[in-house]
Amino acid sequence: MAQAQEASNSVRSERARGLQDAILVVLGILVVWQGLHWLAGDVAVSSPWATVSRLVELLLDPGFWPNVWETLYAFGLALLYALLGGLIIGVTLGGHRLSGEVAEPILVALYSIPKITLYPVILLLFGLGMSAKVAFGTIHGIIPVIIFTMNAVRNVAPVYLRTARALRMGPLSTGWRVLLPATVPEIVSGFRIGFALTLLGTLIGELFASQRGLGFMIIRSMERHDVPTLLAVSLLLFLFATLCSWALLIVDRRLNRRL
Amino acid sequence: MPVWLIRLIVVFAAFGLLEIACRSGWIDAYTMPPPSLMLVYAWQVLASGRMTEDILLTLQNVGAAFVFAVVIGFLVGVLLHRWPRLRRAVDPLLASYYAVPVFIFYPLFIVIFGLNNWPLIAIGFLFAVVAMVINTLNGFDRVPRVFFKTARVQGFSRPAEVWFITLPAAAPYLFTGVKLCVAYAFIGVVAGEFILAGAGLGYEIAFAYNNFDNRTMYGLMVFLLVFVTVVNMALHVWERKLHARRSRGG
Repeated sequence: MAQAQEASNSVRSERARGLQDAILVVLGILVVWQGLHWLAGDVAVSSPWATVSRLVELLLDPGFWPNVWETLYAFGLALLYALLGGLIIGVTLGGHRLSGEVAEPILVALYSIPKITLYPVILLLFGLGMSAKVAFGTIHGIIPVIIFTMNAVRNVAPVYLRTARALRMGPLSTGWRVLLPATVPEIVSGFRIGFALTLLGTLIGELFASQRGLGFMIIRSMERHDVPTLLAVSLLLFLFATLCSWALLIVDRRLNRRL
Repeated sequence: MPVWLIRLIVVFAAFGLLEIACRSGWIDAYTMPPPSLMLVYAWQVLASGRMTEDILLTLQNVGAAFVFAVVIGFLVGVLLHRWPRLRRAVDPLLASYYAVPVFIFYPLFIVIFGLNNWPLIAIGFLFAVVAMVINTLNGFDRVPRVFFKTARVQGFSRPAEVWFITLPAAAPYLFTGVKLCVAYAFIGVVAGEFILAGAGLGYEIAFAYNNFDNRTMYGLMVFLLVFVTVVNMALHVWERKLHARRSRGG
């Protein structure tokens, strides 16, 4: 009893310290930011306060929201394609040993080329607009999903599959009840990286090939030298990306610990 | 049939299909010339020598970004490893770092450094450095505890322990970081050149695209992609060898 009490106390103090550390990190970032502002002046870095108030102004401006929805829509679509496509291709390659071995270095090579070089080709193929953005986001995000899914399926212990066969489970129920639960933790790790890269790809697509969206706002405020807007939009993206990625990380860690 | 041969056939078949699609007019010649012609364009652009300066400039910037990223990333990794509390605090930042498109800071660098090579180096550095930090931490985490016990039994001094045990045992993971730094430095620098620069490979590709100069555009693009792929694959093969040796050696 006393021991349990002590353990829960130590968990609580650990949590309190974690919170304290997080606050310190945020404060540290703000201090560095403010310092950069003093160092470089208003032309380069608007102060944290000016940026946040600009962001609030943007969020209250009804003209801002169509840009947010545009980006979210493109990103959501690209993410859907990257995840579904990556899952299907990954399971196929992982299920067949030889094709997996043949494909892996090709995938690694594709993963590490600067895909931004391909943007003229994407524009020529898809034209300006939504489809080019979605295509750009998808090609960035799909490869890590394929790689992680493939490795996850490949590493499923053969005894699971033999048991499924012994129990006379069909391929569908094997996939749903055995393969999926066994591979979910690794696939979630792949999704996490795929999520980040899809966002990156979609935004790059918007920088070059769009008349709307947050990426377009970034490039426009770059051209107009509107630093507060540039930083406010960047801050919004940073917060969105960090929060989503953090949530995925928690899911990821919980799933990986369970095994 | 060995796996590498099948792989070669698959790659060639993919390009063959693309070639057929282009030659038969399914993809029109303006959108994409057949791959064989792209190679010819690449050769022409390189042989003409008018891009040599841009290529060297890009390589130089990538090199600088790479060196900074490896050195600073390694040092930060060591610092975080020695100081677990700081590490726990910045861990969420490290984990979500690559979800933030670093390119959005590029215009800031231009204002801070001026329109010269430094903003490009800074963006390549920022893109690469965290991969080095993460892999340095990963490498140090995975040094088996028994090695340190052995070192203590043998009466190693602290520097000797780092030099003879920690570094060699972590080396394969450090190498993974180095490999990623090469790829990311390339991506960062070339992307920066695309967005805003006055010279360099990315700039020349964007310039050719804006001027409907498909020959130069595809020629440079093929050159860049082939070059980066060859470098990355060489590093990848080397990395696999290092990891294989480590797992064999225990």
